[in-house]
Amino acid sequence: MASTATFGGRVSDAFWRKPRLLLALLLVPPVLWLGIVYLGSLFALLAQSFFSIDEFSGLINYDFTLKTYGELFRPSNFDILLRTVAMAGAVTLAAAIVAFPIAYYAARYANGRWKVIFYLGVMLPLWSSYLVKVYSWKLILAKEGILNWLFETLHLSWVLQAYLSVPGIGGYSLSVSWTGTFLVFLYVWLPFMILPVQAALERVPSSMLEASGDLGAQPGQTLRYVILPLALPGIIAGSIFTFSLTLGDYIIPQIVGTSARMIGQAVYQFQGTAGNIPLAAAFAVVPILVMGIYLTIARRMGAFDAL
Amino acid sequence: MASAVKFEATSRFFGDTRAVDDVTLEIEEGEFFAMLGPSGSGKTTCLRLIAGFERPSKGRVHIFGQDATNTPPYRRPVNTVFQDYALFPHLNVQDNVAYGLMIARVPKAERHHAADEALDLVALGGFSKRKPSELSGGQRQRVALARALVNKPKVLLLDEPLGALDLKLREQMQGELKSLQRQLGITFVFVTHDQGEALSMADRVAVFNNGKVQQVDSPLVLYDSPKTPFVADFVGSSNVLPVEMVQRLIGVAKLASLRPENIRLAEDGLVGTVESQAFLGAATRLEVAVDGARISVLLPKGAELPNDGSEVHLAWDADALNLLEATNG
Amino acid sequence: MHYKASLGLKIAAAAGLLFLHLPIMLIFVYAFTTEDKSYQWPPPGLTLKWFAVTWNRPDVWTALGLSLRVAAISTAVAMVLGTLCAAAVARSRFFGRETVSLLVILPIALPGIITGISLRSAFNLVDIPFSFWTIVLGHATFCIVVVYNNAVARFRRTSGSLVEASLDLGATYFQTLRFVILPNIATALLAGGMLAFALSFDEVIVTTFTAGQQQTLPIWMLEELVRPRQRPVTNVVAMVVVLVTFLPIVGAYYLTRGTETVAGQGK
Repeated sequence: MASTATFGGRVSDAFWRKPRLLLALLLVPPVLWLGIVYLGSLFALLAQSFFSIDEFSGLINYDFTLKTYGELFRPSNFDILLRTVAMAGAVTLAAAIVAFPIAYYAARYANGRWKVIFYLGVMLPLWSSYLVKVYSWKLILAKEGILNWLFETLHLSWVLQAYLSVPGIGGYSLSVSWTGTFLVFLYVWLPFMILPVQAALERVPSSMLEASGDLGAQPGQTLRYVILPLALPGIIAGSIFTFSLTLGDYIIPQIVGTSARMIGQAVYQFQGTAGNIPLAAAFAVVPILVMGIYLTIARRMGAFDAL
Repeated sequence: MASAVKFEATSRFFGDTRAVDDVTLEIEEGEFFAMLGPSGSGKTTCLRLIAGFERPSKGRVHIFGQDATNTPPYRRPVNTVFQDYALFPHLNVQDNVAYGLMIARVPKAERHHAADEALDLVALGGFSKRKPSELSGGQRQRVALARALVNKPKVLLLDEPLGALDLKLREQMQGELKSLQRQLGITFVFVTHDQGEALSMADRVAVFNNGKVQQVDSPLVLYDSPKTPFVADFVGSSNVLPVEMVQRLIGVAKLASLRPENIRLAEDGLVGTVESQAFLGAATRLEVAVDGARISVLLPKGAELPNDGSEVHLAWDADALNLLEATNG
Repeated sequence: MHYKASLGLKIAAAAGLLFLHLPIMLIFVYAFTTEDKSYQWPPPGLTLKWFAVTWNRPDVWTALGLSLRVAAISTAVAMVLGTLCAAAVARSRFFGRETVSLLVILPIALPGIITGISLRSAFNLVDIPFSFWTIVLGHATFCIVVVYNNAVARFRRTSGSLVEASLDLGATYFQTLRFVILPNIATALLAGGMLAFALSFDEVIVTTFTAGQQQTLPIWMLEELVRPRQRPVTNVVAMVVVLVTFLPIVGAYYLTRGTETVAGQGK
């Protein structure tokens, strides 16, 4: 029997008599940390967005105002918001399309060794260094890089040049074009889309697909009426990541992209040398709001069960 | 006979649910005691109160004369065999069995020896170095038993120990548990929802329903003289005759139970119509409609079987009719 | 019913997988190129000299050292806090349980820039100067969820009666922790720790806001990307980083293989 005399024994008795004590001991450190460090900072950010900066002195005016939020509607700022949301949408759509065949194959056909290969094949890029991934695309898209070389070798450079001369999505080279930014976003977030879609597809019982065929559906119809609807929660779950990550990113557009800024860059710029923390905070609040709405819709469509 | 376990007006509430409701019960030393009831009846909670995994909301729990209400499980002279066996997956069989001794700081050689002895006791000698994942359900159960017994507890608790075993194995284990208990002389308290198991193994049975104990008696008394309609129907199956019928039969306004096998067809007696019959092999069961109630009659093989729809007369010995307390508890 | 995938599907899936891996493999090639002023393809020549050059760059070593120390401490903090939280959430029902789950996930669910700027504005408000500890503060916070996910999954898989069995056999809560609980969650904790380490080692977005003048390896790399000094050196470092993070990922996978949720899905 355990000795009553030891300190450990007595504390253990206290835990048995008051289970809530043990629960509190488990919960208090992490909750305190997260509450103070994280929630506290978030609150500080939110608070800052209601302050404003005095245009002449450059000092922060600590009176409550909505003027800073009003600044978001200036054309140059509003453009940033629209641009970022549009990019997030495009990336999400493309990611869903590219991820689907990979996820489908991995979920339904890969067996044994191939399942491991596919699993690690998605995991490794997922956890690989983000910067290395972005950097690799800078190399690929450079004017003297491999992509250009490929087009030249295939005597298709004129196609590339024609594309690059399209305003908006083209540019001097791919690595300073909006298309380049899009490609890098797609590449970096792709694994985040593959995993939930694969998980959702794995949950579709084969018997359901067989039943569909049994009832007379062609494979294309089975895909459209049975598989896609069942995969949708997974797609939406993945889209949460791709959308949210694109909304806040400031490094990718800085390294591969034009001088037109996205929300992340605006936040970085305004809180940096400009010292306009209120405006930076206001910009930062926008992704939070957008994601809040997005998450609510996603939850209704059952995406949370697919996570 | 000393008292091994005593519940004194013990209750355990979970919010609004009265899992155990004012139970007073005494289990004697050296008994093989069964706690029987349907799921949710409170029997498992009572077992956990003895072990110390639950603390009473009201009342007290005594173990061998000592008030154990505020004693944690690791200080009670009680050990448990869990329903899912709860073997430690990261330890082999021998270390599993020796775990309690290891905690008590028994030196390695000594506790390994004791573990091996306990394994021999449950007919698992030679399994020492295996891992739980390599064992069958029946083998795991024996390991759980050895692990509990090696600590020489004063009370051994078994939580639905045979539920996961197939029929043959279950019957075999019933016999083994019974002889083990006789051999060791330890108080066994076991929980089951299977009344056949309780009746065949236990010295005394407590029948639980809705958190209360309806009756505590030996299996024979429980079977022949159930006190409440619930016990009458839960232990074996029984007819429960409505008050008006009993009033007409013997002039007492109470419910009564009547076992189907105690009823015979006669020239004279209670009049009824045969509704249906079912052939059960060793017997045939008739469903007879009597005055709006339905009575089951069990006729042995070879008895003359009436046709469906025909009129029959039911008779029985006077002491087969057992009066019940009105409340169902 | 198709028991074998159509050729089109196979090609699409393989192409997708290659798309994920080729860019990184490309960097490996660039680490050996002789050309150091541009990203010319194909590389004009191959050489090993950049490895030696990288070895002799003091700024690389400083950055690497800082990254390793930050990752080590952040992982340790995250392991403690993540496990405590997981134990509470997986085992008991309590008021606000879902809120706690959400709270743990939030640092990684919201874009990094928000975490970064929040921390920075908080530091400004309370007047804390940037230091090693401000970096650790940020890293530990978002690493908690990685450990938490692995620990919760393992706790849920472990039978609840094991703790009761241990108590029944005479062990106190502390002895139960030592002899029963920890051995059963050890590999999940280790996996979570490895992933947290990889996450911290690689993190750049939040770090740029909390590091002040210091450079972790990713910050060093970011600087080099924007203002390149010697491109192949950056490539060498990139290659080393990929190889170094390869190990924890594969390790974490094999530690939790065969269980219900395999490590890494909680990113």
